[in-house]
Amino acid sequence: MLDVQNLTTYYTTMRGPVRAVEDVNFQVEKGEAMGLAGESGCGKTTIALSLLRILPFNGKIIRGKILLKEKDIVQLSDKRLREDVRWKSISLIFQGAMNALNPVYNIENQIVEAIRIHEPEVSKKEARERVGKLFEMVGIEAARAKNYPHEFSGGMRQRAMIAMALASNPDMLIADEPGTALDVIVQAQVLKLLNELKKSLNLAIIMITHDLSLITETCEKLVIMYAGNVAESGDIVAMHKKPLHPYTQDLISAFPNIHAKKRRMTSIPGSPPDLLQPPSGCRFHPRCKYAKDVCRKETPKLKEAGKNHYVACHLVG
Amino acid sequence: MSTIVKAENLKKYFPIKLGFFRTLLSKSELYVRAVDGVSFEIIKGEIFGLAGESGSGKTTTGRLLLRLIEPTEGTIYFQGKDITHLKESQMRLLRRKMQIVFQDPYESLNPRMTVGDIVSEPLRVLEATQSDTETEERVKSTLEDVELTPPEEFMFRYPHEVSGGQRQRVAVARAFVLTPDFIVADEPVSMLDVSIRAEILDLMYRLVEKNKTAFLYITHDLALARHMCDRLGIMYLGKMMELGTTEQVVYEPLHPYTKALIDAVPVPDPTAKRVEVVIKGEIPSPVNPPPGCRFHTRCPEYIGDICRTKEPPLIDVGKNHLVACHLHSKGK
Repeated sequence: MLDVQNLTTYYTTMRGPVRAVEDVNFQVEKGEAMGLAGESGCGKTTIALSLLRILPFNGKIIRGKILLKEKDIVQLSDKRLREDVRWKSISLIFQGAMNALNPVYNIENQIVEAIRIHEPEVSKKEARERVGKLFEMVGIEAARAKNYPHEFSGGMRQRAMIAMALASNPDMLIADEPGTALDVIVQAQVLKLLNELKKSLNLAIIMITHDLSLITETCEKLVIMYAGNVAESGDIVAMHKKPLHPYTQDLISAFPNIHAKKRRMTSIPGSPPDLLQPPSGCRFHPRCKYAKDVCRKETPKLKEAGKNHYVACHLVG
Repeated sequence: MSTIVKAENLKKYFPIKLGFFRTLLSKSELYVRAVDGVSFEIIKGEIFGLAGESGSGKTTTGRLLLRLIEPTEGTIYFQGKDITHLKESQMRLLRRKMQIVFQDPYESLNPRMTVGDIVSEPLRVLEATQSDTETEERVKSTLEDVELTPPEEFMFRYPHEVSGGQRQRVAVARAFVLTPDFIVADEPVSMLDVSIRAEILDLMYRLVEKNKTAFLYITHDLALARHMCDRLGIMYLGKMMELGTTEQVVYEPLHPYTKALIDAVPVPDPTAKRVEVVIKGEIPSPVNPPPGCRFHTRCPEYIGDICRTKEPPLIDVGKNHLVACHLHSKGK
């Protein structure tokens, strides 16, 4: 359904271009959930913004294709984008549901506004009825749609954001850090809701988070990003069983498992590079414990390492 | 095994400001019962974890123990001495022995001070050193302890010139520079990226081991607490629900709330079996906490009227494993 090919997005700054996303490839099928993981600043959110072409003024898609049901989003006009893509095909749940709602409008009005902008033929009355149904779908009483955001708890606001994203019946939902700022129990409830919606609406989901454990709870597919590149991607069970990229290995072992034996926690030494001047060759080589000469010189290409398993590392294969 | 800090029936009620006329008209004052009768102790060299959802009173408890806020009721003992009513001038001497690491390293460091100034400030303010050279030596060795090496290079940098993880190392250095006997760390890694959380925790772990500090680790992340703490206390709406060694609480949880909390923790293993979330809704308001057991409104194992009417006491069910639940207090 969604096929991203060589997506490259730069931000122009006073000190030169920030190479936030470079040559990223991935595919998402209908009804499939994909997790996009990596440290802060690795380009996860930039990918989400690129998919909907809502980059800030200094961000630009330099090259690459975003094929949505064979149509290239990069080439579409703004009008077509608004009428066909945003909300109808792809919806985005922003990071920090707490603050993404407008505090001076009630929630019903905000969702009605979104529906009417993207589907001008829908009457206000119909839109309101739809809000009621959406609210029931995400597990809030329809009557509470008239409330203001401050009258909702954090978990309910997150649910309302999901309802809003589903307003025009999209095929794909992008959730940017859906779990942060929520308590564990509420977070588990929200993940459960996303899982249910995925099944009942046959939704494709892209889950963007730095928390691998949230992805393993919901997704079938995983893409690990490092400094704007895809380090490894593929089926989540295979990747978890046999992570090939040294970065993936480190990232997985940095995650505490509550059911595991008590152990000393490990982490990845160093910090992600400055994307104004990314390291030569493999961008991970300064932090990689297996780095060799070739890693400093040549950029590794994403290659097939098994069934549905791709990795960009010189040491594999 | 000496007790460093002990809280007895600690309570903190924050009054709600209503406005002049409503205060005159309303008959009783309203309070947020942030902490409502909590007792526990932390011994030397121990990492004690306080876990719970937001609004459970864990941060307030941490600050009460340091007397950063005044308790409404209850007693705080520090090294056997009652410090609940000490004057600020008497507290000053004790402050050398108790420190805190805050949650957000972007807000807890003064942007106009260099790293060296930040770390040496406790020494200067509390007059813990004899000379400037001694101060500098202490700062340098502490910076080395937190692996900000070489210290000479970091001392003259400003917080904005170092990364998030390094900032939190500075905050840790500031807390440990006095080699205190007691440290409170309030969600010290929740603002950091997962990849660097472990190294900050590991660093604190080693410093606690080296200095034999009593360490209170406040967190909502049970998965991290499991690997960090020796003992765990689970709080809910200002009450201690369960208390025991980390193994007891994680592997043999007794309170339905603890069980729910553990089941809700996401597991980073796609092949692991998923457990259904049984708990509905969110934590109620601490202004009007539910009567009886505070958890009864969400409890999946509700056993009847007793849960609604009678508050369960925190009782020992064996091997110093304490739980406050009627399921386990029956017949005792």
